[in-house]
Parts: sequence; structure tokens; C-alpha cells
Amino acid sequence: MTQQTLVTTAPAQVPVRRRRRFAGRGRDEHPNWPGTVALLVCSLAVFAPLYATLTMAFKTTQQSVDGRVFSLPSPISIDGFVEAWKLTDFPRGFGISVFVTAVTVFGTVVLASFAAYAIARNWDRPFFRGAFFYLLAAMFLPFPVLALSQVKLTGMVGLANPVGVAILHVMFQLSFSVMLFTAFIRSLPEELEESARLDGASTWMVFRHIVFPMMAPMSATVAIFAFLASWNDFMMPSLITADSTLQTLPVLQSVFQTQFSSNYNVAFASYLMAMAPAIVVYLFTQRWVMSGVTQGAIK
Amino acid sequence: MATTAPTRPGTRDDAAPVRHADPRRPVGLTFYLLLVPSLVLFTLAITVPAIMGITLSFTNSVGFGEFEFTGFTNYVALFSDPAILSSYGFTIGFALVTVLLVNVIAFLLAVGLTSKIRAKIALRTVFVLPMVISGIIIAYVFNFLFSNSVPQLGQAIGIEPLSQSLLADPDLAWTTIVVVTAWQAIPSALLIYVAGILSIPGEVYEAAAMDGASAGRRLRSITLPLVSGYVVINMVIGFKNFLNAYDIIVGLTNGGPGTATRSVAMTIFSGFTGGDYAYQMANATIFFLIAVVLAVTQLRLTRGKAAF
Repeated sequence: MTQQTLVTTAPAQVPVRRRRRFAGRGRDEHPNWPGTVALLVCSLAVFAPLYATLTMAFKTTQQSVDGRVFSLPSPISIDGFVEAWKLTDFPRGFGISVFVTAVTVFGTVVLASFAAYAIARNWDRPFFRGAFFYLLAAMFLPFPVLALSQVKLTGMVGLANPVGVAILHVMFQLSFSVMLFTAFIRSLPEELEESARLDGASTWMVFRHIVFPMMAPMSATVAIFAFLASWNDFMMPSLITADSTLQTLPVLQSVFQTQFSSNYNVAFASYLMAMAPAIVVYLFTQRWVMSGVTQGAIK
Repeated sequence: MATTAPTRPGTRDDAAPVRHADPRRPVGLTFYLLLVPSLVLFTLAITVPAIMGITLSFTNSVGFGEFEFTGFTNYVALFSDPAILSSYGFTIGFALVTVLLVNVIAFLLAVGLTSKIRAKIALRTVFVLPMVISGIIIAYVFNFLFSNSVPQLGQAIGIEPLSQSLLADPDLAWTTIVVVTAWQAIPSALLIYVAGILSIPGEVYEAAAMDGASAGRRLRSITLPLVSGYVVINMVIGFKNFLNAYDIIVGLTNGGPGTATRSVAMTIFSGFTGGDYAYQMANATIFFLIAVVLAVTQLRLTRGKAAF
């Protein structure tokens, strides 16, 4: 049933070749100006809410209450940021978000690459092949279905905290990541591994010194998706973490829906600080983000 | 479950497992050590809660203390509970509208982004950007826009329904959820369409152009039929994701006004506080069965489509 998930694309092809083809088609002909203009107009729909966030964040409280969202800030004020920093205890929230995300990224790359290597190199064994489909099943299991039991269980074993959130993030990333890694490893030539074995290298040494380094582009994709899923998540931390002082940044933003609701500049400054890290990471890693979406869906 | 290694002519999968053909070759202990931690954690974090939830759905548990088995009582009650039925009605309707909107827009943008436009890379970077922004936070931003900027605009150009906040209108609040969900979901659908369009050989278009086919004709007669597999993939993936709607609804309407925009996920989570723990477990189990049906549909429909 999961046939497609195993069809392998050659490793190097994905980010590099796609990009070149994407940029290259039809360079010698006249550019499509109406199309370019139409797309530029459409891109305003992407920019509008982000522009609003940016301008609102730099306004004074007095200017922010006039409701004219798109007006430029005058004067430019950083009071919103100062206030948001104190109100949400930004360093703590940021620290917890970084902790949860770092554990998720590290845990996902390590566990998924380990499991995928064992699976890919023992595909003829029913145990390993069965494990693959078992791990893959979670991709079809929505979190709301498990939430009530998971909240109860994490509470019982003392994991109703950021550590528990990170573990669950890793588990929900595992399916997608094992699938990507397995397809990738199956496309790697085995000759190198075999010759290393003949020279006396153990399975672990082969993995650590040959296979894992070769998987770097796939590890990048897996890591970025784990980062985005974990950094942006609201549902899981809001349900799992019992102590509100240990919440991640997205959950902390709810404070602006209840109190201080007229200090819009403070709210938007806080939103901006919470979303900026993901945007920055995206701008530097976009080709892995894009290839990851395509591979995850078309496999 | 497939019991044989997947083989498709022309891929390297059919060649890969040859080295392992000997069933007597012992599997090194290291391989087990690499795999078992994932399996154990996965079982504890996913499988155990799933089994626990399904078991409790046949009881009258309130989430703690004693409980007894009550058979299908919860399930029978679910099907006559107007709150549950309306949450399913809203969620499925919302998911259908959103998946259509997302796919139409994403497809048109993908056609544009793969044509001979200027600033191609920059434009693509912009259109993919919404994907990386937290759903709850962008919903808060849109919440402000829908309660302030949109009514101002509505008053300025004299459109009556827009001059009040859409979020407060029980009949129209759902449209705001569609807009924000689409804003965030278009990028991944778009990327899949771009990959699909780029996989069409350029010669097909050249031949059509030589025969005098117009751009519209080429879009209708070449691009659309050749990416139809990607349309199916996008539709099923999108529908499945939108059924789980939660973050964006919390940020926009929190299920309101009244219960007009309460999704299934929100109803399930009410089991934490409402004292109907086992009842919402039954709800979750039904929801899970729907997810399984969709997953099987997805795999059925996409089988063989990866050949493009």
C-alpha cells in the first residue's frame, strides 16, 4: 500500500537540479510581463499581514489605537518591544522555545537516521520492514485523536513540561523523517560501505563515518521541518505543559487576547519577535524547505 | 500492507536488495540497537495512548477515578448529539471549501511561477513564506485586521456585510477561517504543483506551440491533464490537514460566535474540562476512523501517480 513512499529520487538531484530547471526554462524568449505584474500584485496578499505586523510593532501606543493598520509609524517607537519583552518574559519564553526546538531537531535527526539506516539495509527482513510501516502509520494519526490520552500519560510520568512536548514533537516528526531518510539511504551505493567492512569497520563505524556524512542534505531537510513544526506549534505545548511559566512563545501570545488588549503595538511587537526566527531560518534554508515539501508528497 | 519490496520498472529499488538475498546472513546487533529506541519510544508515545483512548471510549470514565464498561453507549449518543454533529458539519464543510480555494489559487500561481516571468526566484520565495509562520500568531494578526481594517474598508467603499466585523457574524465567521487557512496552506500545494509542471517535458509545449495552440489552450489541454495526479495528491493531503483545524480557529474566533465555528478537534479537547472524557474519546475514535479512511484513499489514489 505504501509503494510510492519508497520510490527513490536520486539524492543530489532534488535541490540543485530542480532549481536550475526552475530558473532556466525559456530564458531566451521574451519575458512574460503581464504574468510578472499579476504575480507581484498577488504577492501583496502575502505581504499585507506581515507589513501590518511590522508597522504596528514600531508605533506608539497612542498611534496604534487609531485602527489605521497600514499607516507608517510616526514617530518610530520601540516601546512596544520593550513592553512585550517584559510582559511575556521574552527571554524565558524564547529559551524554552529554543530548548524544545533544539531537542526536537536533534532527536528527530538522530532517531530517524538511525532507524532508517537499520531499515534500509535490512529491508529483506520482515521485522525491519514491519517496523517501517509501523512507524509510518503515525503520519495518518491526527494529534487530536491522541491528545486526551497523551495529556493524561505525560502527567502521570512527570512529563507535563517542555521535555514531554519535545519528545512528542520528535515522535510526530518520526514518520515523515524516517520515510525521507529510508528512501535516501536506499539510493546510496553500497560499494563504499562494503569495502569499509572488508577493511574491518563495524556497522556503527560505517554509519558514523560513511553513511551519516553522505546523508547531510537529507538531514538538513529533516532538521528544518522538525524546526518549523516544533517552533510554530501551539496545540501540543498548550495542552501538554501544565505550568504556564514554562510555555513556548506561540502559546505565550494568548496573553494579548485577554489583558492589555488596547496596547496593540505591544502585541504586534511580541508577534514579530515570535515569528522572526522562523522567517530568518527560512530565508537561509529555503531550497531544503521547498525540496522537502515536494519529496514528502510525491513519494 | 505490502509484503514484498516495492518494485517499479526503471527505478533502482528493484536492484537494491540483492545483497541481502541470503536469509541465513545474521543481522548484526548494531542494526537492532539503531532501530529499537525509536520503536520503544514510538510505542509509548503513540501506540499506548491510541489503545488507551480507544479502550476508554467504551467506558463512562470522567478522566480519573473508577469507571465501568458501557459498551457502545457513547457511540450511540454521539450520533444524536447536535453539538457533535454540527462540529462535524462545520469541519467537513470548511475543509471542502478551503481545499477547493487553495488548489485553484495554488495551481494558478504555480502556472505563473513556472512561466517566463521576471524575478522568478524572489517571487517564489515570497509565495512560500506563509508556510513558515506560526498558525496561531498569524491568526492573531488577521484577527486584528478582520476586526479593524476590513470593516474600515467596507465602510469606505460601502459594502454593507463587510462594514462590521466578520468575526462577530455567526453566518460569515467561517469565511475568515477559510481565508487564513488558505493563506498558510497555499505554499505547500503550490510547491507540489510547481514540481508537477516542471516534470512535463518542454518538447510537449514546443510541439503544441508549433501547431498553433494558444497559451490558454496549452494550459487546458497539456498542463491540466498532465498534473492531474498532483491535483489528487494536493486535494487529499489538504482535506486531511484541514480536518484537524485548531490553531487558526483558536486565534480567530475561538469557536464562536456561539459555537458556529467549533471544529471537531476543539470539541474533542473539551473532554478535558467538560467531564465527558470517555464520550470525547469515542468522538476521537470516530475521527480517527475518518482519518484512516482518508489515508487509505490517499494511498489508493496516488498509487502509480509518482511515475510522472
